[in-house]
Amino acid sequence: MIPAQFDYVRPTTVEEAVQALRDGGDDAKLLAGGQSLLPVLRLRMADPSLIIDLGGIPELKGVREEGNEVVVGAMTSHYDVTRDDTLRQHVALIQEATKTVADPQVRHKGTLGGALAHADPAGDLAAPALALDAQFVIAGPNGTRTVAAADFFEDYFTTAIGEGELLTEIRFPKYTGWGARYEKFNRVAQAWSIVAVAATVKVDGGTISEARIGLTNMAGTPVRARAVESALVGQSATEDNVRKAAQAAAEGTSPTADADAGSDYREHLARVLTGRAVLAAAG
Amino acid sequence: MTTTENAPTQEIGRDRRRKEDRRLITGRTRWTDNQALTGLLHISVVRSPFAHAEIKGIDTSAAKQVPGVVAVYTAADLGADQVQLPCAWPVTKDMKAPQRPALAGSRVNFAGEGVAVVVARSAAIAKDAAEQVEVDYDELEPVLDMEAALADGATLVHPEIGTNANAQWVFDSGEAGSGGSVAEALQKAESDDDQIIVKRRFRQQRLVPVFMEPRSTVVDPSGEQLVMWSSTQVPHILKTMLALTLGLPEHKVRVIAPDVGGGFGGKIAVAPEEVLTLLVAQKLGKPVKWTETRSESLLTAHHGRDQIQDLTMSVTKDGTITGLDVKLLADMGAYLGLVGPGVPILGAFMFNAIYKIPAYRFDCTNVFTTKTLTDAYRGAGRPEATFGIERLMDEAALELGMEPMEFRRKNWIKHEEFPYTTVSTLTYDTGNYEAATDQALQMFDYDGLRREQQERRERGDVKQLGIGISTFTEMCGLAPSRVLGSLDYGAGGWETAAIRMLPTGKAEVVVGVSPHGQGHETAFSQIVADQLGVPFDDVEILHGDTQSSYRGLDTYGSRSLAVGGIAVVKAAEKVIEKAKPIAAHMLEASEGDLEFSGGRFTVKGTDKGVGIQDIALAVFAAHDYPEGIEPDIDAHATFDPENFSFPHGTHLCAVEVDTETGFVQLYKYVCVDDVGNVINPLIVEGQVHGGLAQGIAQALFEEAAYDDQGTLLSGTLVDYTLPTAADLISFDTANTTTASTTNPLGVKGVGEAGTIASTPAVVNSVLDAIRHLGVKDIDMPTTPYRVWTAINDAKGTAGRGDEANVASPGAGLGSTASDISKGDTQGGHL
Repeated sequence: MIPAQFDYVRPTTVEEAVQALRDGGDDAKLLAGGQSLLPVLRLRMADPSLIIDLGGIPELKGVREEGNEVVVGAMTSHYDVTRDDTLRQHVALIQEATKTVADPQVRHKGTLGGALAHADPAGDLAAPALALDAQFVIAGPNGTRTVAAADFFEDYFTTAIGEGELLTEIRFPKYTGWGARYEKFNRVAQAWSIVAVAATVKVDGGTISEARIGLTNMAGTPVRARAVESALVGQSATEDNVRKAAQAAAEGTSPTADADAGSDYREHLARVLTGRAVLAAAG
Repeated sequence: MTTTENAPTQEIGRDRRRKEDRRLITGRTRWTDNQALTGLLHISVVRSPFAHAEIKGIDTSAAKQVPGVVAVYTAADLGADQVQLPCAWPVTKDMKAPQRPALAGSRVNFAGEGVAVVVARSAAIAKDAAEQVEVDYDELEPVLDMEAALADGATLVHPEIGTNANAQWVFDSGEAGSGGSVAEALQKAESDDDQIIVKRRFRQQRLVPVFMEPRSTVVDPSGEQLVMWSSTQVPHILKTMLALTLGLPEHKVRVIAPDVGGGFGGKIAVAPEEVLTLLVAQKLGKPVKWTETRSESLLTAHHGRDQIQDLTMSVTKDGTITGLDVKLLADMGAYLGLVGPGVPILGAFMFNAIYKIPAYRFDCTNVFTTKTLTDAYRGAGRPEATFGIERLMDEAALELGMEPMEFRRKNWIKHEEFPYTTVSTLTYDTGNYEAATDQALQMFDYDGLRREQQERRERGDVKQLGIGISTFTEMCGLAPSRVLGSLDYGAGGWETAAIRMLPTGKAEVVVGVSPHGQGHETAFSQIVADQLGVPFDDVEILHGDTQSSYRGLDTYGSRSLAVGGIAVVKAAEKVIEKAKPIAAHMLEASEGDLEFSGGRFTVKGTDKGVGIQDIALAVFAAHDYPEGIEPDIDAHATFDPENFSFPHGTHLCAVEVDTETGFVQLYKYVCVDDVGNVINPLIVEGQVHGGLAQGIAQALFEEAAYDDQGTLLSGTLVDYTLPTAADLISFDTANTTTASTTNPLGVKGVGEAGTIASTPAVVNSVLDAIRHLGVKDIDMPTTPYRVWTAINDAKGTAGRGDEANVASPGAGLGSTASDISKGDTQGGHL
């Protein structure tokens, strides 16, 4: 319960946060909602010398529309994501996935940007962000830059956010009218996903015209199930068609093995859950 | 005429909300960790990362340099390696008991064992400095598997005792004269065409009690009496044991268990950290606190269960049990806990359960391994036994081709046969298994769910339905002192209560049992209110401080009501008895003309009367009382039960098993429990619900797993998957009542019933859902991965000509354990 000693600052602007990162050097750590960092500190698996709390920066919070995009501030809480009307209308998949994150207390404290920057392969929000082709806006000493989801997730707990940088917002293209489903498989409700599948599909007259599928915990990073996506396009959304297409779900994955699941079981789950997720999204 | 308008309403049987909950739920109370004494120092224990290792050296110099550190001690500095922590239950005369120190001296025997202690001005500093203590270890081979530990040439956990076997405890009904010889029964069955023999091996995985409040101890050595606050279930036992273990004069020690946040058996202990806190406080002459982290708790507080059960039953083809043989291996872990070696032995009396079994043998070997020690966990020995017999009843019914409830019905004790003396020598006073079962079947819609199950099978649904039964009884209300004596237990089983009548008529009731979440304050107040005829709100229950409650044996084994509650009744009877001559004096009547009812003594046939609360004031004033009588109506009583109490019930569980993913979803859970007369139905229901959650968790969710180096893999609550309300369903609970005849309230225990009964009901239901796919057994917890693996491994085996198809009733007469354990152990090594 007792972390090692650290210094603490609470900047009020992104600029100040970037400055604090520069001042703190290698050993500084950003605190968003704290739902991953605080347990790590308590278990003394990390002992940063400086904690930079992003909770006091108003510009990092909230959801807004900008043309064909919905922009979510990195410090927007999971709870706010789940109840936002704009997201419900245009980016339903991220909302569906966020509803499954842990429990209400965690969803009130945890943030979208914090979860994505943490890049836990078993976390629930990276796969939907990848499937949705989200854009990640990163601020640093040289201003801001934007990274596509496909380039953002690099490895276990590793993203394109560089030293001295912080994630400020996530920009989602609009998927207005698409069906969405996050099919999560875990042992108990509050546990991490063993495997989960994020699927969003556009159905025109019973036929799937577009499909986007992201897989959680099937590799060190979220994985796009592109073979399934292309197999689905042009198919009528019947159980047989979808399940047949879903057979390709584990292609290109490299799932881990642990006490809760062997890698063969994870591959099997990816196929089963992809079928279920697509059917539900198309339903 | 006596006025009736003020007669108090009956309290017993009322759904009273718990009076203690406001302070407990809002946290406005004082837990041990809240004790903030002037000059308080904090300790942090340095623990071994290795399961088995020699300690070559400990360098404390860096830790001592950390600002705020007061001292860093190794075992020798404190004499902590010379301490022998007590085991109060030497189950056999030749039991092997290794020394259990408060800190390891030269060798560690489990990962998490303490090797040094840091004392500092704050808990944070102590923790920081603990990381600076350098320990040089020489690793030894860990001892992890019980069967391997007993093999010739096995590495010994404690070389000095020459074996990894702690004790072997045997009961044989043929030798005891309570039944026939199992050896003969099995021999006869083997050569009898009208009998079959069913053998199975079951595993009871290791569990962690996971009480909500982590353990904490504060010791203040500065007064005449040394005071210890501790988050314990057993303040009285702790006090006496500290005196005996450390050679302290018992009258110089006071132990206080303030509000305690759960225990489930996990706080029945004399913990090394309690002793360590005391030794440090004595050495420095200052108050000292130890509070564990959750991970420390999971790693080092005692675990529970962990058995291998080899069971053999002989049964006639028409379904009459003729013999039961039980062979157990029970994992003690690295040391013996306070009652650890006795826990599996409690199962000896429960494997025969509610059934009439003519020949029975129980043979348990306790084994040392290099793991955290095991000791009591909710049910302690009875859940293990109930799981074994209720799983075996299903397996035998399958092989016989009988409906599993019909098989049970055919063998259980009929209600008209009570009192009934069992093959394991217990006398069940009352019970009605038919009534509880009939009500449960009706609430469950057993026939309807069986039809639904059949329909799903015929359709080949992805989600298959399974139905599981557990018809259980248990022995609780620990315990008749004479019985404990015969089992070589180190104490009696009585309980004490005292009632202090205050001048204003209020009653302080001092009890020897020590609540840690059960609701004693409410239930006992209800009892006292009825007994003395005083308002519920005029009663205060005092507990947990050996200064006010100097005599008691604390709370475990569902004893608080069935033993402690009866002591309260007896004390109240004594108050009335002592008040009677004073009432007679006040009423100028003879004692023989008085009757006591509704809190008042009245003179028969008149309207003259005086209330017990008025008598309390008169006694306080003491201006006028009869000669030769002391002005005092306070009373103290000790109750030693003549028998255990035997709650029973029928639990029915339906689950949906997703055959594509292996996920098990609870579908319906019905239980009808007979816990005798009920003092507070709300508390009883709460106990049943919590018990069910814990028992279901053993079946589906929880396991304390170790890797091949002896490292605990479930060292956080991320890995030790406790279920929450989100993982459970609404339970349908009800009660039937046969009052116990062995105590004046007619009550039986309820604290452990749900935990004991539910585990086999759930596992039976999981197997029932997928047995037609060829699955024979799945180790607990039946995780999705294990269920999926079992289904996968069984593919193509269902109905194969070369082996028994036990899914078809009657098709698989006779089997051996090797059928079950061969090849497809379904996740035993996952």
